[in-house]
Amino acid sequence: MSDNVIEARGLLKLYGAQRAVNAIDLDIRRGEIFGLLGPNGAGKTTTILMLLGLTETSGGSVSVLGFDPVRQPLEVKRRVGYLPDAVGFYDHLTARENLAYTARLLDIPRREATERIMESLKSVNLDDVADKRVATFSRGMRQRLGIAEIVMKKAEVAILDEPTSGLDPHATFELLEMIRGLKRLNVAVLLSSHLLDRVQSVCDRVALFNKGDIALMGTVVELANQVLGAGHPLQVEASGIDVAATLRGVEGVQRVTEEGAGTWRVVADRDVRAAVAQRIVSSGGSLTRLADLQPSLEEVYTRYFQEARHAA
Amino acid sequence: MQRKAAREGSPFTGLGPVFMKEFSDHLSSARMMVLMLFVIVFGAFPVATSLQTLRSAVDPNSFIFLRIFTLEPEQVGISFTAALNFIIPLMAIGLGFDSVNSEFNRRTLSRVLSQPIYRDALLLGKFLGGLATLAVALVALWLIVLGAGLILLGVPPRGVEVARGLSFLLVAIAYGGVWLAIAILFSVIFRSTATSALCALGVWLFFFILWPQLAGALLVGFAPSEIRTVDDYVALQSVGLGLMRLSPGTLFSEAVLGLLAPETRTLGPMLPSQMRGAIMGAPLPFDQSLLLIWPQVTGLIAGMIVVFAAAYVIFQREEVRA
Repeated sequence: MSDNVIEARGLLKLYGAQRAVNAIDLDIRRGEIFGLLGPNGAGKTTTILMLLGLTETSGGSVSVLGFDPVRQPLEVKRRVGYLPDAVGFYDHLTARENLAYTARLLDIPRREATERIMESLKSVNLDDVADKRVATFSRGMRQRLGIAEIVMKKAEVAILDEPTSGLDPHATFELLEMIRGLKRLNVAVLLSSHLLDRVQSVCDRVALFNKGDIALMGTVVELANQVLGAGHPLQVEASGIDVAATLRGVEGVQRVTEEGAGTWRVVADRDVRAAVAQRIVSSGGSLTRLADLQPSLEEVYTRYFQEARHAA
Repeated sequence: MQRKAAREGSPFTGLGPVFMKEFSDHLSSARMMVLMLFVIVFGAFPVATSLQTLRSAVDPNSFIFLRIFTLEPEQVGISFTAALNFIIPLMAIGLGFDSVNSEFNRRTLSRVLSQPIYRDALLLGKFLGGLATLAVALVALWLIVLGAGLILLGVPPRGVEVARGLSFLLVAIAYGGVWLAIAILFSVIFRSTATSALCALGVWLFFFILWPQLAGALLVGFAPSEIRTVDDYVALQSVGLGLMRLSPGTLFSEAVLGLLAPETRTLGPMLPSQMRGAIMGAPLPFDQSLLLIWPQVTGLIAGMIVVFAAAYVIFQREEVRA
């Protein structure tokens, strides 16, 4: 068998005549963090629910860890952990009791369950509130409890739907650390989000959803090359000279645009930082900043949807 | 459509844990306390007063223990079974009206369903958990009444009285099951718990207040312009009874009547042919009484299954996403 934990081919979901998910192909590899991106209503959650067998597919085939979620949902759900958007727990039970219920549903022997619950709570730093009722938990703590559930389940695949939505920056940071922790346990993580910079920092690969289609798929750099065009963008801050005129002659530089007072954006077909610095200094300008611009997912996303709108 | 492929694994996987959780949640909930208080207050009055009356009555041959349940004391104007007829639906609705939609509103449904269980197990576990809770409450109540009777009357119940009393308990649980299924059906249909409670209570009020009147009005519509023979009359009566028996409350009270009043020979109109050779007021043997009420009992159980099946079908088709 290949190293893909999830394979979807021509996955289709119809709501009446509307194509919520339009025959997508998707492969998730073992141990990678894969991001599903896209605006609300683009089909991310529907895709996730189909992968879990929680909603029926209208066509196409899915294999999760070698099982078909339509015909063998129990096998799939035994091995896949799911953290729904704004996960809920039973408020009148404690964190430990909530996980104990899940453990009973998973048919884990009682003694083993006790240990696994404690370990998993420790791994998300909730061990000191294990016996507090979940009603007192903040949103971030609930999300972490959801991660603990996945850890306790010893899932091979974790599917997280908008895991960071509604969290403050600190809680988001903590949660992303825990998601990286899942990856270290060799768990394949599939997460959906519209918080792009966060996704960029954890995801190995991303897929960009647009109206039920996967518009783009690959690493962030690959997407940037596709959407923004190949090239090395630089940011230059200098004073004393006209940077645009000075740099026009540098070999490799394709475009120089002024972005603000004393700030220029330079696009080149290779890494031209050394040449640019030399030219500015030798022309008598004072160079205050020269930065290699990492392609940002946000830029990719914004640009892509601008172009999609123009095309429409 | 290629949707016909059979799914694998037992639909009852995980039924046990769901049942245990529902059962323990119900038993420890404040709502259960309130419901029990309700039942005890409503049940205690008729029982206490009928015990008072029975202590002064001297009739050693009658089924004195069963009279505790059925006697309609003048001061209260309602017998214990009539009070139960009214109260059991309320209890069942109280236990079931938010069983599915509250999971949805607390956003626990998708998380629970992402564990290795089918929806079948979740719904059935919830139903059985509620039914078990109801059964515990009714058994407790039944024992209290029996105990009070023992102490205050000073005579032990006869074996046949115990048998009839136990059958009454089972019928009461089945009756509760019908209403629990109705409450769960509404909890599946409506996302808002308030709406589902309102609808379930609406059905309850409809059957208790409106239906008797409505059935009477419908019967007038069915009636032929003039009734010439006894057969005409009997036919009309049986239509009327049939209409009334659409209400689970009617089935319950008829079954209770047959069980707890052993002299009951028929639940419909009494025909002269049925009177032939009968000694008025003589009790029927237990097995004959059972035979008499068997249609009512099957009716209750069938109603419970039909309503539950409706809830099941709707729940299977529901989308889990918010």
